This record gives sequence, C-alpha cells and structure tokens, in this order.
Amino acid sequence: MGEQDIRNFSINFGPQHPAAHGVLRLVLELDGEIVERVDPHIGLLHRGTEKLLEHKTYLQGTPYFDRLDYVAPMNQEHAFCLAIERLTGVEVPRRAQLIRVLYCEIGRILSHLLNVTTQAMDVGALTPPLWGFEEREKLMVFYERASGSRLHANYFRPGGVHSDLPPELIDDIEAWCDPFMKVVGDLDDLVMKNRIFKQRNVDIAVVDIKDAYAWGFSGVMVRGSGVAWDLRKSQPYECYEEMDFDIPVGKNGDNYDRQMIRMEEMRQSIHIMKQCIAKLRAPDGQGPVKTTDGKIAPPRRAEMKRSMEALIHHFKLYTEGFRVPAGEIYAAVEAPKGEFGVYLVADGTNMPYRCKIRAPGFAHLQAMEFLCRGHMLADVAAILGSIDIVFGEVDR
Amino acid sequence: MADILLDLAIIAGKSLLLMVSLLVFIAYILYADRKVWAAVQLRRGPNVVGPWGLLQSFADLLKFVLKEPVVPAGANKGLFLLAPFVLVVLALTTWAVIPVAEGWAIADINVGILFVFAVSSLQVYGVIVGGWASNSKYAFLGALRSAAQMVSYEVSIGFVIITVLLCAGSLNLTQIVLAQDNGWGILGWYWLPLFPMFVIFLISALAETNRPPFDLPEAESELVAGFMVEYSSTPYLLFMLGEYVAIMTMCALMTILFLGGWLSPIPFAPFTWVPGAVWFVLKMCLCFFFFAMAKAFVPRYRYDQLMRLGWKVFLPISLAAVAVVAFVLQITGWAPGAA
Repeated sequence: MGEQDIRNFSINFGPQHPAAHGVLRLVLELDGEIVERVDPHIGLLHRGTEKLLEHKTYLQGTPYFDRLDYVAPMNQEHAFCLAIERLTGVEVPRRAQLIRVLYCEIGRILSHLLNVTTQAMDVGALTPPLWGFEEREKLMVFYERASGSRLHANYFRPGGVHSDLPPELIDDIEAWCDPFMKVVGDLDDLVMKNRIFKQRNVDIAVVDIKDAYAWGFSGVMVRGSGVAWDLRKSQPYECYEEMDFDIPVGKNGDNYDRQMIRMEEMRQSIHIMKQCIAKLRAPDGQGPVKTTDGKIAPPRRAEMKRSMEALIHHFKLYTEGFRVPAGEIYAAVEAPKGEFGVYLVADGTNMPYRCKIRAPGFAHLQAMEFLCRGHMLADVAAILGSIDIVFGEVDR
Repeated sequence: MADILLDLAIIAGKSLLLMVSLLVFIAYILYADRKVWAAVQLRRGPNVVGPWGLLQSFADLLKFVLKEPVVPAGANKGLFLLAPFVLVVLALTTWAVIPVAEGWAIADINVGILFVFAVSSLQVYGVIVGGWASNSKYAFLGALRSAAQMVSYEVSIGFVIITVLLCAGSLNLTQIVLAQDNGWGILGWYWLPLFPMFVIFLISALAETNRPPFDLPEAESELVAGFMVEYSSTPYLLFMLGEYVAIMTMCALMTILFLGGWLSPIPFAPFTWVPGAVWFVLKMCLCFFFFAMAKAFVPRYRYDQLMRLGWKVFLPISLAAVAVVAFVLQITGWAPGAA
C-alpha cells in the first residue's frame, strides 16, 4: 500500500453565507464534520471609522457611531458623547440622562431580540426572527419618533439629546412595555424551552472564567460564565445608579446560558424603562434636554430669532464646531454586546486627535478558534450566533 | 396485439391522469405549505398571483422553467443534469402502486409496499449524484449527510412497516387498507393499536424526506443549500418537485398504513357515501399539515444527534415493537391467516 495523502477538508464559511452574520469569512478545517481549526478573516466591512473621526468635528462624529453596531445605534453614540462630556466637563441635565437611559435600554432590547431570534435561526428555527422583528419594528418607530430616523438616529449629542420626547411618545413606550413581556414569554416557549434548541446549545462553546478574562470578554460573554460584571452597576454612568435592576448571570458559560441571560436582560430592560418613564413624568424629571451652555449645544430655535448671541453660537457650532480641551479619556458603556469603549485623545482643536474604539465584538470574535475546535460544523453557526457579532463594530 | 396496445393505452392514460392530478395537487400543497408557514410567522404568505395567491405555484413554475440553467464550470455536466431527473422520476414512480381508492391503483401488485420502499430508497442516488456532480464542497457535504440520513431512517421505517404487515397479513397496499375495515371506523385503524409505531413513522418520514427538523442535507445556516447549492432554474425545480412528491408519498403511506386509506372515519351513512378518494386526500392533507407545522416550529438537529436518534432510539424501539407485535398476535391468535 502506497503512502496516502490524507488532508483535512477545508471549507470557506462566508463572506457570502447565510449564517455569517454579515461579512465574516471563516476558513474552517474539517475532519469529517468535526472542526479542527477556525481562521476568522475580517476587514470586509472596514470603513476607516477611526481615521474618519480624526477629520470631522466632534458633532459630525456622532453619526459614525450609529454605523458601528447598527443593531443598537444609540448605545454607541452614548460612549462617544460621554467621552466628550467628561473632557469638556459639561453637565448633562437630568431629563436628558433619563431619556438616554430609556433609549439605551430600548437599544439593548433591539439587539437582544435580534440576537436571540437569529441565533435560533442559526440552529434551524426560522420562525423566531419574524416574531422578534414584529417587536423590533415597534421599537424602531420609537427611535424614529424621537430622532426622525429608524436606524441611524444621531440622537445623543454632547451635552444631552437632540430634542425632547413628546408626552404621547412616552405614553406609547409605556403602553408597549407590558405586552412585550408577553412576547418575551412566547419566545421563551417557542425557543428557549424547545428540546432541540436545548440539545443544540447546552454545553456548546463553554467559556470558563479564566478564558473570559484572558481574552478580554465583556457583557454577556462574561456574565454567562458566572461573573456579575456589568458597567451599569460597577461603574454607573448617567442615572443608572438610581435604577433598580438585576444582573442575570449564567452557571455553565455555554451557548444556552448566554441566550438565557439575553432573555432575562430584556425583562430587566423593561423594568428600567418603566422606572425611567415614571421619573420622566415626575416634576424633577422636567427641564432642558441638553446643556444650556451655548458653546456645546445649539440654542433653541425660538431663541435664535431674538438673540444675537444665540445666532452666533448656532453658526459657530455648525461650522467650526466646539473645541475640546486637550487631554485623553476612556469612556465605556455597557452596550448590549459588552463593554463598548471610546478612548479619546483631544488636542484642544475642534476635532479628535485620536479616537480609538473598543468594540466588544472584536474581542469576542477571537474566541471562535478555541470555542469551535472539536465541535461540529453545525455548531459553528450556533456559536457565532451566541457570541453576538455585528460586523459594523468588528471591522469599524 | 390490439388488446395489448389497448391495455397499454389505458395504463398510459391512467398514469397521465394520476400524474397531472398529483402535480396540480402538489402545486396547492406547496401553496398550503407556504401559507401555513406564513401564518405561524405572522406573515401573509403568497397573496398576489391570482385570487388569494392561488396561482403562486404556477407562476413559480413559469419562472423556474424560463430561467437559464447554470451549470458550474467544474461540474460533471451529464451527471449534474441527470440527478434531478433521477430524483423526480423515482419519486413519481412510487405512485404507480398507491391506491387512492379501492381499485384505483395503476398497478395493484401484491408486493406494493416493498415496491414503494425500494423505489423511494433509490431516491438517495439523485441526491448523492447531484451533490457530487456539483463539484462544490457544500453540496458534497450535503450529499454525504443525506446519504447517511436516508439510509439510517429507512431501517426504522422498515421495521415500522413490518409491524403493520404482521397485523394486516399482506404486502398489498389495498389489502392493508381493507384489513383496517373492521367496522370500528377511525378506532379500528392501525394508528391506535400501533400508536408508538405511528409516531416513529411520522418522525422518520420527516427525516426520510429531509424536512425540518431533519433538513440537514440542505441546512441553510450551515451548508447554505446543501446538495442543491449549485442548482438553478429547471433542475432546481425538479429537485423541489421530487422532494414534494416524496413528501406526498410519505403522507399517502401514512394514510394507507395507519389511517385506513380511503375508508370513512365514521363507518355508516352518510359518511360512507363520500367517495373514498376524498377521504384519502383529506387524510393526506392532515398528514401534510403536520409536516408543515413541524417545519414552522422546530430548530434543526445536529448530524450526530440525528444519527443517535435514528440508531439508538428508533431502531431499538421499532425492533422491540416487531417482536412484541408478533408475540401478541401469536399468543392471542389474532394473526391474520392463523385461524
């Protein structure tokens, strides 16, 4: 018998693949159906966001953050605004903080709804995404009614939010909350309690705490392994301090735990949203929704008709932008996918000197190699779904 | 000589009639499948072509036929185009022996069930050849999965059929139905005494026809479209058609083996006045409804889980059931032809 040339079967998973979650390309080395090696290739959606930000004024920069994790746009804007606010020392009015928290939680639900249901699709159930998208659609309408745009909101601005919420919108958001809890229950029945779904996800891609720390995981990826790490609690920003909510944690660190945590986080988000709505209606929740410092936030339009100074502020803001004192800062928020951070270096001009974006998905994608090894081809899609990757933020 | 020609002409006419009605029926089964699926997903489904979208399947047919068939450069052209024909021809062949009503089978042969079983087993060749000839890695993996899957579940289907044969005492499909006509109506059919077998058959039929949760050969989220990934236009249409004909065959088999074929569920007038074919079609629709709902609800098994279910769960159970049924029939003397 002659020498035989046996080599593994290598297969290209993506970038044009229904389960590649955008434009991920995985080069898989298979031994039969068993995955031996995973080599993620990224960069197909690289748009040079960080470099572009260096050539835009701070105000022109915020829309770029919508386009990172486009599943929960406002959460990204939030980190950028926080960084600017901390460098300039601008005070965000209370009402603006409440609105920001309200919309961040809407963003969290938007992201988790998409992830939980499409992960179910990755393991073969085609119905959950449509059930989830029904609700996402309603949330996008809330985005639209606040900012004028369904997806790329550009609503959070340095010093507050762009405009106040009409009272009817607050009523509608409140009316949406309770029926949504029922939808979460339905998804629980349809997806999480399904035996096949459990068989496909339990004990798949177990992340232990050591790995989670070593690879720089955050968000659901560490909470799944049993660490109650949530920036909203550990280093509270805005008015998260006064909100009452729980951090769900997993026990096994597998796919199923992560999906269960996302389900529970949606419930907790509703809880936070209800508190925000109550506080927005309370007397101390009234007032301006952006800082009254005319150097940072534009004046009210009515004011511009009468006040020369307001008109000058408006003109300067929208042509030259505002200047941020020299310094550097790292501001992070608990985005739905994990710790989303902005490291901002300002040189005293109207544009950032450097803006490094720390995207949680980028850190999590590194895990594909060691999470998939030894699992089967079908699990690759399931694992990719459960680590919740959006290519907007990975490739930037 | 003239007699033979006349016979041949009659058979050809019958076949044509059966095939046309079967294909039209499948056009609406496809429509029903999509409508059921849409309803579960809070959508409307096809509703544009014709009233309530009733002509959707015919529009799809037209679309597929008018498109250009693309043969990949690295494909084995002959086999690539042959595979869908193999699948669809074999799928249609099984219908030759299926009795839609008493005496309504084109070939009422005495080993009808074996014929169905043999011919539908051959369909796996269509899938393997198609997957191999495409010269694509996804298609190749899909074909391999499909081969393993269809072979595995045929084993348990085989044993399930044996339990029915033991009860009916015949391999002839008409005789199997008539054996269930014992005056008890719906309660006298084999689904009740052989209920576990009925369930196994139902699930194995899903696996045998590559329907969710066993749609691994064409698993969208892993293999894109599995063995069909390189197919387009008419060859693709033939694959789809073959798949749905196979599903109909499984529904028909379920109807014949467990649901009393063309018999009325309530064994007295006015229900017995309804033509048998109507009952047969209704029962098939019921079975198909199960297929459609399963597709809408369930995630997909992983390859090893599918194999485990087939070999470690269904095979021992059905094997034990054959022994139990044979034992009970022997002890009680209910076995047909024993007395």
